[in-house]
Amino acid sequence: MRAPLSWIREFVDIPKNITPEQISDGLIRVGFEVEEIIKQGADLTGPLVFAKVLTIEEITEYKKPIRYVALDCGEKETRYVICGATNFEVGDIVVAALPGAVLPGDFSIGARETYGKTSNGMICSAKELGLGDDHSGIMTFQEGTVKVGADAVEGLMINDVIFDVAVNPDRGYALSIRGMAREVAGSLGLTFRDPIENLRNLTFTETGKGVAAKIADSSTASIFYLRTLSNFDPGATTPIWMRRRIEKMGMRSISLVVDVTNYVMLELGQPLHAFDKSKIKGGLTIKRAGKAQPFTTLDGQVRQLDPDDLMVWDDAQPLALAGTMGGAFSEISETTTEIALEAVRFDPVCVAKNSRRHKLSSEASRRLERSVDPSLAQFASARFVQLLTENSSAQHVATVIDGEPKYSPIVKLDPSYVSRILGFEVPPSKIAEILRAIGCDVNEKTFEVDPPAWRSDLLTSADLTEEVARMIGYDKIPSVLPPRPKHASLTPTQKRRRAIASMLASRGLAEVQTFPFTNQETIDFMGFVGERAATYRIANPMSEEFPLMRVHLVPGLIEVAQRNISRGAKDFAIFEMGSIFRSSQKLVPFISPEISKRPNQKMIDEIFASVPPQAYHVAGLLVGKTENEDWQGKARSYTWQDAIAYAQDILQLCNLQWTVKRSEFAPWHPGRCAELIVDGKAVAHAGELHPKIIEKYGLPERSVAFAVGLSALPDTQLVRPSSVGTMPAALQDVALIVDSKVTAADVEVALRLGAGELLESITLFDRYDKLGDGKISLAFSLVFRAPDRTLTGAEITQLRESAVAQAVKATGAVLRTA
Amino acid sequence: MKPAEIASWISDAQKAFSAAKDLDSLKIARLAHTGDKAPISLASRGLGSLSPDEKASAGKLIGDAKAEIAKALATATEILESERDSKVLLEEVVDITLPVQRTHRGGLHPISIIKNEISDFFIEQGYAVEEGPELESGWLNFDALNIPADHPARTMQDTFFIEPIESGVVLRTHTSPVQIRTMLTQEPPIYVICPGRTFRADELDATHSPVFHQVEGLVVDKGITMGHLKGTLDNFARHMFGPDVTTRLRPSFFPFTEPSAEVDVFFNGRWIEWGGCGMVNPKVLATCGIDTDVYTGFAFGMGLERTLMVRHGITDMHDIVEGDLRFTRQFGVGL
Repeated sequence: MRAPLSWIREFVDIPKNITPEQISDGLIRVGFEVEEIIKQGADLTGPLVFAKVLTIEEITEYKKPIRYVALDCGEKETRYVICGATNFEVGDIVVAALPGAVLPGDFSIGARETYGKTSNGMICSAKELGLGDDHSGIMTFQEGTVKVGADAVEGLMINDVIFDVAVNPDRGYALSIRGMAREVAGSLGLTFRDPIENLRNLTFTETGKGVAAKIADSSTASIFYLRTLSNFDPGATTPIWMRRRIEKMGMRSISLVVDVTNYVMLELGQPLHAFDKSKIKGGLTIKRAGKAQPFTTLDGQVRQLDPDDLMVWDDAQPLALAGTMGGAFSEISETTTEIALEAVRFDPVCVAKNSRRHKLSSEASRRLERSVDPSLAQFASARFVQLLTENSSAQHVATVIDGEPKYSPIVKLDPSYVSRILGFEVPPSKIAEILRAIGCDVNEKTFEVDPPAWRSDLLTSADLTEEVARMIGYDKIPSVLPPRPKHASLTPTQKRRRAIASMLASRGLAEVQTFPFTNQETIDFMGFVGERAATYRIANPMSEEFPLMRVHLVPGLIEVAQRNISRGAKDFAIFEMGSIFRSSQKLVPFISPEISKRPNQKMIDEIFASVPPQAYHVAGLLVGKTENEDWQGKARSYTWQDAIAYAQDILQLCNLQWTVKRSEFAPWHPGRCAELIVDGKAVAHAGELHPKIIEKYGLPERSVAFAVGLSALPDTQLVRPSSVGTMPAALQDVALIVDSKVTAADVEVALRLGAGELLESITLFDRYDKLGDGKISLAFSLVFRAPDRTLTGAEITQLRESAVAQAVKATGAVLRTA
Repeated sequence: MKPAEIASWISDAQKAFSAAKDLDSLKIARLAHTGDKAPISLASRGLGSLSPDEKASAGKLIGDAKAEIAKALATATEILESERDSKVLLEEVVDITLPVQRTHRGGLHPISIIKNEISDFFIEQGYAVEEGPELESGWLNFDALNIPADHPARTMQDTFFIEPIESGVVLRTHTSPVQIRTMLTQEPPIYVICPGRTFRADELDATHSPVFHQVEGLVVDKGITMGHLKGTLDNFARHMFGPDVTTRLRPSFFPFTEPSAEVDVFFNGRWIEWGGCGMVNPKVLATCGIDTDVYTGFAFGMGLERTLMVRHGITDMHDIVEGDLRFTRQFGVGL
């Protein structure tokens, strides 16, 4: 919302010594963020004059159109300038910067030779004068609106300060000069003159029958003012002061009738719509569209109406999308002489829905969906009649009213609540004083507070407390710490996640965070199937390229790896922790219990259950060499063992026991993927990536990855350690020949089982696969120890033989003899 | 065998040993003065031909002399061995400035680091860290926070919706639904922070990302005031930006707080918009079944990316989201 200081001053006497910066600080203090202070004209010096176009010579030998223009600048001699714009005709009045002028951007104007002519000045666009962004052409004016030869800096009221203010959605009233001026006055302790005071007693003579007005359903609109005017001369022009104010607010001047509706909206905050009365059949009724049907809005777009859209109808058809945009059929045209002016306090939700369904956010809808002062339908429509009749031949015919304004209810405030919330004592008299200053009626005995018409947001004690706080100043609130609460700590799950991240980071993996979006092509190419491929689709994704939620972390890691490789990285390891989104449950239509009281437990449970589980994973991708190669020598490449080791290290960090199994599992190499099982549940996979994935994404050969489902891991149990034996250990080595299809894990499990409780540890110290005949040799060191005695030679032999016997039985192993 | 003769053997040996320049010449001297042919050895062997009386006195003289000579030899040996060792170690000197680190440099993502830092700061003050799902119920993300379906506040946050739309499931637009979950499942006093990933349909540019992180704080207890909110934010700001920063609260609007404020931090010579805050709207407390006659509360929230960018002088959001190792590794593990 823009607010020119010159317009604000109309309603507040601001002392000359108050700077724009002080006004801006005041607005910020009371909750209005000033995004920019535009000092229009500060970097512009004349001479700048209005000039009449006398002749135009088109110069055609250049690539772009060039005009050599003769201007009457109110001087003795005709002035000639070169101009590249073409949006003007002989007889138009334009703004000319004469030699000696300096335009914004430190652009000095002088007489100069160009296109074979002498250009003695420049015809200006709004942008060149620093008045706006419109660079579509030069500014033109109709004869009679400005004086040829007059100073245009003054004539265009260029020297002004414009505040660009961000208005929060609860403060619809501030989307007007009336509202802004009230806040400026309040924040600086100045007196505010409400413009509607002058309109309160304005009456117009009834000279005929007006167009009928009707609200079909009072829940859609409360009050409808319809003013009929006639005798309008369509040739009437907008006075320059009005045009300039509209332009300073960032809008364009269109025609007198439309300009007056916009001017009144900007001044007071009530959107108005003017219909060409000759197009109206019968009267106007506010009612819903009722059925789907095409409707052409005045921007020329044909829109398909929703049956629920709120419309302004005549007896035959809908004429306007209520509070949002008028229709093309009944819009004001160059031949309009009779006008029906609508001012309605529409229901904000109806307008919000209209606007959202048609993706049409207009100046009108922006205000109406934020609630408009219900008293304004009367005053704003009166202001329209006043301004139009003053500036044209139009005459008031009749005013028809339906409905009545509905005001916010009275709020019962406990003044002690204010102090209780703010943390410092505010006397009731001070509270009353502030609430009165913002326009409330306050009964100081009962503290019944009647909010002003424009403050439909003041509904509760909390709302009023904010008003008191912002007028006193948030800087007056003390800064104290709350009572120190009870002890807290991270949960075991949070500690575990942190420990895993720290371990990986300190072991050379760099953490990355990727967007959790993916697409079907990636899911398919990775080889995910079944429930591992099922996910959720975003209805309105950032890009159609990534419309799905990710089902795995590795694809994101691959993308980051590719990016790093493309930027020159060769050998590195990265990891990510985060949620994945497999659609394990079908989403059901939502329930939406009322707020302000706690829903029953069944509803709460239902809401919690409506949110699908989102598993938390950690995954890593290791590419290239395990170390940086340097003067110390070559380094080895990451292998499947590294990936599996990381996965196991994570489980070990969580103090869990696991078993390992070979797995054919996407996106890994079907022969080089380990599955780690905890409590019978597969919780992690690791190994070499599938070669086709490595090839497609251009990763170094045999890149490896691991993924651990952290939410699937059981809690760490309290450790109950066995005592440490101090008796001597006995070391026994055994080498076993097994079929190459037998896994080392199988053999180890059998040896452990056969060795029994006295086995302290077991280590695979050699693996030999060159025996041929589909056989391999696995050599294990077994360490035996008894807690209470030294094991005898015979006992040790017996333990070893028992271990081997179990391995032979379970895996078909043969003891290898030297 | 005169004592003077024996004394000269001792002094000869001592001289020879101390004259030895290295262990090899010491070996020659040792053979000369303690070997079979050495005068002391010959004298020792000649003892046998003496009478018992002479034997006793000469034997003592010779024994003492041998001990003297052995002592001198040991001293010389020790000195020369030590000299030799120093020389060898000197020869083994290497250039210890050579680059030796070969392992990849790892590190946590800066967002994780700042999240941990903030969590630790609040944990020490007795706040628990609550987390919630990223795909979230629309009722928890909006309605329960007093953002009704057709309120303009709902369009303030460009929401990603999950199909089917009728499910009401969204990618959470803030971490505030975690506050609702906490209040629906826990009794006051509640002191929590909710860090987490959030989503809004903003194009990725230098200062925006459709995927970003927030941390929110929520306190619900007896007698909680806006002064407590301010004190907590002042403390938090000093922790994040240094002891000299000042904060200011500006009136603002959020449906879930009333009164509401923006919190700005004066950092590096200018006011930075840091986050939003306010007193929890009694409507929201009531929706969660909290007795508003007994309890009041405050809440605040800020962007982690923004905090990180301001504090560390990062100017491009792309650096934070792209995962370029050259960027991330600079942060280490956040110690």
